[in-house]
Formats: sequence, C-alpha cells, structure tokens
Amino acid sequence: MSKMMIHTFILLLLVFACQPNEDVINSGDIVAFKAPSNFPQPAYDLSKNPITKEGFELGRALFYDGILSRDGTISCGFCHQQQSAFTQHAHTLSHGIDDKITMRNALPIQNLAWQKEFFWDGGVFHLDFFAVEPIQNENEMDESLPNVLEKLRNHKTYPKLFEAAFGTPDITTDRFLKALSQFQLMCISSDSKYDKYIRKEGVILTSEELSGMEIFQQKCASCHNGELFTDFSYRNNGLTIGNPNDTGRERITLNENDKFKFKVPSLRNVELTRPYMHDGRILTL
Amino acid sequence: MSFFALLSVLLAFTACDENQEEFNINDKGSITLEFDNIVGGQDLQLDKGAYTNASGEQFSINLFQYYISNIKLKTEDGREYIVPQDESYFLVREHEASSHEITLNNVPAGNYTEVSFVIGVDSLRNTMDPSKRTGVLDIGDEATGKGMYWSWNSGYIFVRIEGTSPQSPQVENGQNIFFYHVGGFGGYSAPTINNIRNKTLTFGKDAAEVRKDKAPSVHILVDAMKIFDGGNTISIAANPFSHFTTFSAKIADNYVSMFTYDHVHND
Repeated sequence: MSKMMIHTFILLLLVFACQPNEDVINSGDIVAFKAPSNFPQPAYDLSKNPITKEGFELGRALFYDGILSRDGTISCGFCHQQQSAFTQHAHTLSHGIDDKITMRNALPIQNLAWQKEFFWDGGVFHLDFFAVEPIQNENEMDESLPNVLEKLRNHKTYPKLFEAAFGTPDITTDRFLKALSQFQLMCISSDSKYDKYIRKEGVILTSEELSGMEIFQQKCASCHNGELFTDFSYRNNGLTIGNPNDTGRERITLNENDKFKFKVPSLRNVELTRPYMHDGRILTL
Repeated sequence: MSFFALLSVLLAFTACDENQEEFNINDKGSITLEFDNIVGGQDLQLDKGAYTNASGEQFSINLFQYYISNIKLKTEDGREYIVPQDESYFLVREHEASSHEITLNNVPAGNYTEVSFVIGVDSLRNTMDPSKRTGVLDIGDEATGKGMYWSWNSGYIFVRIEGTSPQSPQVENGQNIFFYHVGGFGGYSAPTINNIRNKTLTFGKDAAEVRKDKAPSVHILVDAMKIFDGGNTISIAANPFSHFTTFSAKIADNYVSMFTYDHVHND
C-alpha cells in the first residue's frame, strides 16, 4: 500500500517543460529565466551566458540536428526524447551510432541550471562542457568537436543562426557550447501538481497523495531531498554489480570508497524516464 | 656631502661598472624560451629515432606534446615578471617546429637568471568558462586542445607521449604500442590525483639580457627519456599505457626532471 502511495506521490512530479513562454520574449531580448519560487538559487551562472530567443533557438536547432554525429544520424534528441522527459525510452543502456550500446542509461534533461555535476558519475562539472562527451564518445555520436564546428561553418544556415544569436557569424567552441546550454537551461520542470501545491497555487492533494508525500518524506527524502528531489550525492544503493568495469564515481575520483557509487537522480518526471538506475536494469516504477 | 653619501655614490658607480650595459628598467623587450626535445643524449626524431630506456626496452616516439603555462621570470636583482595569465598558456608539440619557441613580449628590461613555469594547466583554468579557453586551450581545435582534453572527466591532459616498443604487450593495428596521457588537476568537488608540477630553472652564471633592442633566447633541453627513468623506473612492458590513474603520478614526478637549462643567446 505504501508503495502505491509513493507511486501516487511521484506522479505528482510529472510535468513537461522546455518551451519558453513566448509572450514574454522579443527578438534579442534576454529571456526571462525565472527560478521557480520553491527552487533554490541556480548553480549555473546565467550572467556568463545570457539566454536570448535566438540563442535558445540555435541551441534547439543544434540539439535536434544529426550534424553533431559522425554520419549525421544521431542528434542529442535521439537519446534525450522530450516525450520521455528527454531520456531514451525502451532501452536499458542507451543506443548510439551504428546501434552501438553505451555504458549507461541516459539521464533526463531537466532543471540543469540547478545541476552542479553531470553524468551518472559527475565527471563533468559545468553544463557548457557536457555535450563534448556524447559528441566524441565512439558509442554515442563518434564525432570530434573540431569537425562539428567545421561542418557548421560550412553549413548554409548555421552561420546565420550564430550571427542572430551572437552578433557575428563566427562559430567558436564557446558559442557552440553556450547555445546548447541555452536550450537545455530552459528545460525546466517546475509546474507539476506537487509544485503548485507547495507554492499554494490553489491545488489540493487527495488524502492518498498526502499520505504518499508523508511516506516519501520519511523514507526517500534523505537522498531525494529538496525541490529537485536529489541531494546531488553519489551513492551505492545496494544494487548487485552489473558491469564490473563501470565503477561509477570511482572513475572520476580514483577513490576506492566511491566504487560503484552513482549519482542520486532527481525523481521529477520519473514516470516517464523508465527504465531506471544507471544501467536501466529496472524496467518499471 | 657626508661620508656615507659619498660612499654610496661611489658604490653606485662601481655597481654600474659591473653591468654589461646600462638600461632603463621601464624599457620593454622580448625573450624567447626554446624547448628542445631530446631523448637521452640524442635528438628526438619522431617515428624514426630508436631509443633504449633504463629497463632495457627499445622504443620509438610518434607523438610528444605538453603544456607549459604560468611563466615567471626573475632578474639577478630579484625583480619578478609574471606573464599575464590569459597569455601564459603554451603547447609544445614535437611535430610542430614553431611551437618549440615561446616568445614573451612586453618583458621589462633586465638581466634574467631564472624562469619558472607550470608543466600542465593550473586547476583554476581547468574549471573556467569556455570563453577563457582560447588558443591552445580551445578544446574545439583539432591541432591543439582537442587531443589534450578529457571530455568524460573534464580536464586537460598535461603531457602526452605515444610510441611503439617491441616490449609492449599492448597491440593495436599490428603494432606494439605504448601511450601515457597524464593529467589530473586535483578534482573539482572531490579530491583526486593532482599531476600539476612546477619547475624552476636557473641559468647558472648566465643572464638573459632583455633590452628594448635586444631579445635573448633561452635554450631549454627537454629529455623525454626522463619519463621512463627520472627517479621512478617505468617499464613499458609493465605499464604500456596510462591515462587517468593513480599510477600517472609517478610519470608526473619523472617528467619534472625532463627540463634542464642549457644556454642563452644574447644576440
């Protein structure tokens, strides 16, 4: 019964986002990135990459373009599908180029402005540098960043899109990475039934939902805490060892105590992000 | 004029006489640091050169490149010149002759007797915004930054050496290969290996005379053999490759001793 209640509660965290509110944005304007009132301060320094409508649109175009991969077949959106809360549905380990299997299950793209470290092992500590890894990983897009930039420079529309976003048509590493960040930063999940309840926006929870929340807060929130439903730590939750070569956080810290620890993921949109765990071994919620 | 005042004037004249020439310390000039890669007593020749390390293993080198950053110069009278941080990153690549010479401009005139630098990239720059990673630090540049950056474990590779050795058990494309990619700036949110090494070279009795119209060149020898036997004996058979491992600290300790001062040209 309590499992059901937690499930009921978790469903409250469902919401789709990633559309900037069109009516507040004009061309060239800095997009109003608003931290939801129930959220902490973002970890990403938006002053270093002010989001504009053109920058967001460029980032979205890049996100969904296979030009980022060696043979043009794999875009970011291939593994991060919006209808699955930007994860890859129906695969335990995510599939990449030539149908190769990656080492892990793709994490959702949501609330990345609040994320301090990226990937299941936290190997990248800034959103701007995140995309370099999937582009260059031989099982994902198997392309090189310099080659992507060169293809974009020779493309008939991208120089114009970069000019619209950044003032000149120059395509640099900095601009490319920041455009991708602009799109991803705007993928915000903050309007679930739960959020509206917490922000007292006139939503009432049923007694079953309230019980689920209470049990969740007692039993789950020591790791999945706060409004982002993660304490951003790396933990070994007791799963049996799957791939012995994937030692998780230990690959990054070389600390024996971090062996087989993985990031505590957020539980937002969790109904949609199945399968679960770093290797997707659990198929249903 | 008191006796002491007279004495100091005399001393000042004596001191001036000892200088090679007078100069105004507000003048600016340039200085070149030349990194000459060798192996043991021999010139480093990519692909062609055959060398033997202290473990008796034969090897050839087909790639050798390393970052030099955060350069500081010191004069005989203790004045220090620190190269502006944003301009203080260089990648010496054996296969690119122009990268062997690092020319520093706007250096105050003086007789320089010491240079110090970081072998690698300091931890702060490893955590900076992409706009602060231009030139040889640009990870989107095929020739430079791309091959010197780990995208899965964000950070620069400081020293990269690759080659072949019949003693290596690692076979790729029918060749027995070895490679050492050494990086690790200490970790971002949790401590891990720190392979950043500092090096100071003094010029013995020599001085590099930077003047408004005189640009000295300091010749530095970089002995790649020291990677294998610079204190820690590293065997290719036992360790044919290394990337982000605790073992890499031994290589880093070794490569500190690669660098020696050889001579200076003051023409």
